[in-house]
Amino acid sequence: MITLSHYLALGAILFIIGMFGVLTRRNAIGILMSIELMLNAVNLNFVAFSRYLPPGALTGQVFAIFVITVAAAEAAVGLAIVLGLFRNFRTVNVDEINLMKW
Amino acid sequence: MELGLFIVLALVAMASAIAVIIQRNPVYSALYLILTFLSLAGLYLQLQAQFIAAIQVIVYAGAIMVLFLFVIMLLDLRKEEQRAVKGGYQLLIGLLLAAILLGELGLVFGGGVLKGVPGEFSPEKVSALGNTQVVGRLLFTDFLLPFELTSVILLVAIVGAIVLAKRRLD
Amino acid sequence: MEITLPPVDLGAITPELIVTGTALVILLVDLFLPRDRKTPLAYLSLLGLVLAFAASLPLWGRARYAFKESISLDPFSLFFSSLFLLIAALTILISTNYLEREEIHRGEYYALLLFATLGMMLLAKGMDLVVLFLGLETLSISLYTLAGFMRARLRSNESALKYLLLGAFASGFLLYGIAFLYGATGTTNLKKVAVFLGKGAPLSDPFLFIGAGLLIVGFGFKVATVPFHMWAPDVYEGAPTSVTAFMIAGTKAAAFSAFLRIFLYSLAPLKPNWSAVLWVLAVLTMTLGNVVAIAQQNIKRMLAYSSIAHAGYILVAVVAGGELGGSSILFYLLAYALMNLGAFAVVILLGQKGEENLNLPDYAGVGYRHPLPALAMAIFMFSLAGIPPTAGFMGKFYVFSAAVKAGYIGLAIIGVLNSVVSVFFYLRVTVMMYMREPRAEVGPIYTSPALAAALVIAVWGTLQLGLFPGRLLELALRSIRPLLG
Repeated sequence: MITLSHYLALGAILFIIGMFGVLTRRNAIGILMSIELMLNAVNLNFVAFSRYLPPGALTGQVFAIFVITVAAAEAAVGLAIVLGLFRNFRTVNVDEINLMKW
Repeated sequence: MELGLFIVLALVAMASAIAVIIQRNPVYSALYLILTFLSLAGLYLQLQAQFIAAIQVIVYAGAIMVLFLFVIMLLDLRKEEQRAVKGGYQLLIGLLLAAILLGELGLVFGGGVLKGVPGEFSPEKVSALGNTQVVGRLLFTDFLLPFELTSVILLVAIVGAIVLAKRRLD
Repeated sequence: MEITLPPVDLGAITPELIVTGTALVILLVDLFLPRDRKTPLAYLSLLGLVLAFAASLPLWGRARYAFKESISLDPFSLFFSSLFLLIAALTILISTNYLEREEIHRGEYYALLLFATLGMMLLAKGMDLVVLFLGLETLSISLYTLAGFMRARLRSNESALKYLLLGAFASGFLLYGIAFLYGATGTTNLKKVAVFLGKGAPLSDPFLFIGAGLLIVGFGFKVATVPFHMWAPDVYEGAPTSVTAFMIAGTKAAAFSAFLRIFLYSLAPLKPNWSAVLWVLAVLTMTLGNVVAIAQQNIKRMLAYSSIAHAGYILVAVVAGGELGGSSILFYLLAYALMNLGAFAVVILLGQKGEENLNLPDYAGVGYRHPLPALAMAIFMFSLAGIPPTAGFMGKFYVFSAAVKAGYIGLAIIGVLNSVVSVFFYLRVTVMMYMREPRAEVGPIYTSPALAAALVIAVWGTLQLGLFPGRLLELALRSIRPLLG
């Protein structure tokens, strides 16, 4: 018997993996991919909740659609920034890009 | 049977997600990410969210990841030299947040209460109408304003991408 | 299957429609203007902002919901809409000259600024978490682009990348929080959430706590509270100065408007839980912001840390809550926007091409060479430090007295001590301007009627709010009431 907890647990694990990716990857594209992983974990939560909530509140599925749309927009702008940066810096490694110290 | 399928899909999703963040070659990372997306699409089918499953494959795996691969190939990225962790501070925050999230996970297994506000669409109604119709109906009624707003977001993204990445403006 | 469209109440979103329409017209007109003649676009966008403000006036009359309760037209959202329109207008006034000097005068700048304003207005109006999320993303994606608008400058590239990565990371937390809130209540509509929690729903639900906690982390990133602030100084320093001014004044107010609607309105029953967390965040944010600001030499970076500290003061008022705390936040945000935009107008005025002349020693002797801008800068610095008779003083006074009246005396004391520390680095700018010998000659400063107008408005507003705060405070009180029920 699969319960909501199964899905939420998987969502949390994927979210944590994505978060670790963001914090440990050096490559900007790698970080962007890790963020996509986090957004997918969130979507899994939305869809799972919309399945298991009492009489069908389908908002979760609609929210997931919006998340996917926004993820596409963010990826487009993010990759454009990476392209521009590569032209100037010849690198996409975030720790080589450090004119301003943290 | 159902549980078996869930376990397989969940394991594939987790394994490929881990591969995404430890793989040095960005092309492999991207391919593993597609695998994660596909297994999640399978889970969406199990959750009776057929429409989300379809756009997960078409938009996420199809469009967004192709964009990623395209940029990776265009930049001709080498493998990351070292996979040294970036800074102590960030790792500390990461561990802290992970600990909090894992603690929450325990709470989740302890059992959250699911007593939300009932929605308009009961499972019977959904199966009678079909998932896609119901989602579409919600998009054009309750979420009409947000739906229109996404068009602005996509326009902003187009303008932004052109401003930032076009080789020569004017 | 028949789909009956809900009543489409376009009257409720006229200001937003005007802002969007102006942005689209600008994108089109831009095509027909020669490369060195983009100034008409600035006036066009100002016209759009004024029209949007005019269109928002009739909406003040009667509070109502529109689009299936996904947006709310109440004094709260209208107060913020007007604030955002003012911020956008002042930003445009200080931009034209600067963009020409830095040779990045392109039409997309104005269109993106207007789209960002649209996002902020929806953040204030949104009554549904879906609208709030999409408004936030409209704002953020526009700003990622604006931060990287100086394409040839590495610092601007770096600023855009850091802002995007951290912004998307923060969105992840925010969304995860929203997902749990949805799981706990079954709805994303804030009114339904409030009703659901108000009528004795199980407040010990772990989903609720997880959701609220993740929302605090997400918003913490967006408004740059410690310990989620590390991106802010770099992003603010590297972005074009006019964009930095807009981000510091605008995004903070926009994020707080959404934060207040979620926490003071929908999650009010959980206040004992979240206010303890915010108490800690407020203390950390104020203290770190002020202490690190002391060490800064670059004026943009100093103002960036100062903006972190000010987010801390606002959190003090959120913790205090109630009518006094709530209204003091609205008052503070307006005062804060005016003095920061003013200070950045002076920074732009005294700057030189290529983002030069931004270090503190560059301000030596400015008081003699450019007396009027220096006087304005001194007023803004006094206001930021919270010295009477300025808006900043009244803002801090209301915030701390709200905290004392709500029983958070320790928090108020920490806040006042922080203000005392902050006097040091704000006044250092003034001392530099008036009591140091001018350095070797630098190039002439470029002024324009638009920039002068922005300065006059900011000075007038700062003094007006400092001397006669009563009317605005009344308006702020009236605006916060709908949230408190």
